[in-house]
Amino acid sequence: MKVLIPSPLLSYTGKSEVDASGATLTELLADLDHQYPGLRFRVINEQDQIRPHMRFFINGEQVFDLAHPLRTTDAVYLVQALSGG
Amino acid sequence: MARIIKKAATRKKSLPKKPVRKKQSTTVRAKSATRRVIVLVATRKGAWLLHGDAARKTWRVDGPHFLGHIINHLVLDPRDGRTLLAAAKTGHLGPTIFRSADRGRTWKEATKPPAFEKPADGADAKMPARAVDHTFWLTPCHANEPNVWYAGTSPQGLFRSEDGGDTWQPFSCINDDPQYRAWMGSVQDSTPDGPKLHSIIVDPRDPAHLYFAMSGGGVHESVDGGRSFTTLIAGMEVVGGFDAANVAFHDPHCVRLCPSNPDRLYQQNHCGIYRIDRPSNQWVRIGKNMPKRVGDIGFPMVVHPRDADTAWVFPMDGQTVWPRTSPDGKPAAYVTRNGGKRWQRLDVGLPDSQAWWTVKRQAMTADAHDPVGLYFGTTSGELWMSRDEGKRWTCIARNLPEIYAVESAEVR
Repeated sequence: MKVLIPSPLLSYTGKSEVDASGATLTELLADLDHQYPGLRFRVINEQDQIRPHMRFFINGEQVFDLAHPLRTTDAVYLVQALSGG
Repeated sequence: MARIIKKAATRKKSLPKKPVRKKQSTTVRAKSATRRVIVLVATRKGAWLLHGDAARKTWRVDGPHFLGHIINHLVLDPRDGRTLLAAAKTGHLGPTIFRSADRGRTWKEATKPPAFEKPADGADAKMPARAVDHTFWLTPCHANEPNVWYAGTSPQGLFRSEDGGDTWQPFSCINDDPQYRAWMGSVQDSTPDGPKLHSIIVDPRDPAHLYFAMSGGGVHESVDGGRSFTTLIAGMEVVGGFDAANVAFHDPHCVRLCPSNPDRLYQQNHCGIYRIDRPSNQWVRIGKNMPKRVGDIGFPMVVHPRDADTAWVFPMDGQTVWPRTSPDGKPAAYVTRNGGKRWQRLDVGLPDSQAWWTVKRQAMTADAHDPVGLYFGTTSGELWMSRDEGKRWTCIARNLPEIYAVESAEVR
């Protein structure tokens, strides 16, 4: 599936849209980290919580549960939350 | 301070159980006359390296590195003179460590940055899971332990790497110990940018002899390589009305060990300036000898590389609401040449009024030249240095972001 990458993570992916796979967000992040080592820890902390300023949108809906199921046709947006001036 | 150390120059281990009180300061000579100084500047928006000429008069600026990253500490490994570690995060992304094996020409991210363990099943609910917000402090280990590093984090945690900073393991005996967690307090008890584990010190005579400090949470010592720690707070004062016997109330800001006499340490604390001479366990408040109108509150503490009687501080205004600015807007360093009995103001070249910046705990350091060069970075993004141990100051860079840490390294 297509995953949109925010600008702070372009140093890992080199492009703003990448292909990755997984039956859940957890699996998707594992695949992203396999392709782009180190990316996951910048987004998810060691307690498997989404870091404060990062957000996931799937087909336009915000998702907070990393166990959320995914389909190959889903569009996943990893977003840098607007926070602060 | 980070100097290149050769294995042959280190002493055999002798300290752990009964530290030897042997003053060496008069026998250690400067060996750095042919070495160049690199000043490593970590800021709120990136890192810079300033390469000095042999006379320390002109400086070549290399940077920014990691523009936009919050760099809390940038340290050159004195054991090889090439490896740099940078403690980084951004406003949005989690923390990490970047490593360079060529003094900053190229960088590679750590495979496993410092991170706390997940709580064990059935863990005490009073000890909630924690996540590292940022790595705050980096210390290369002993000359005889190449590739070993220590890291201190916020929230407070102690970590160790044995592969040059690529992968990091937590010290569970500190990070997950109920007593230590109680002493660390909560984020509500912390300094404005989060509670810090800092001042990780390795005895140059023995890699198993360690110190670290927590803001808040006191000073701690290990003589068995970190398998166990004991507190070292006797003589340290706390804010009026609180119990000095309670470790949680102690707020060391910066602790430094004297390279020329590793039995002597100096400390800048929330409640004054202290010295301790091991094997005594008693800190002595030498800051009471500072001028009363200035006081003895501040963050950085700098020791002389060859004279254990000499140390520098940079006082700040810690009255009322803690403005954290230079007292009266008149910045100055102070030096003692006799272990804290007397202090001398050093402000020649610094602004004489309306300068409302200050110097953070990691943002002042010394090189190993003779005379010693001193360096400090300000909260307003200026980098100052003195080639004569503080007699005269010169601004060597300005308009940088807020400076968080300054280290000096000496290279050939």
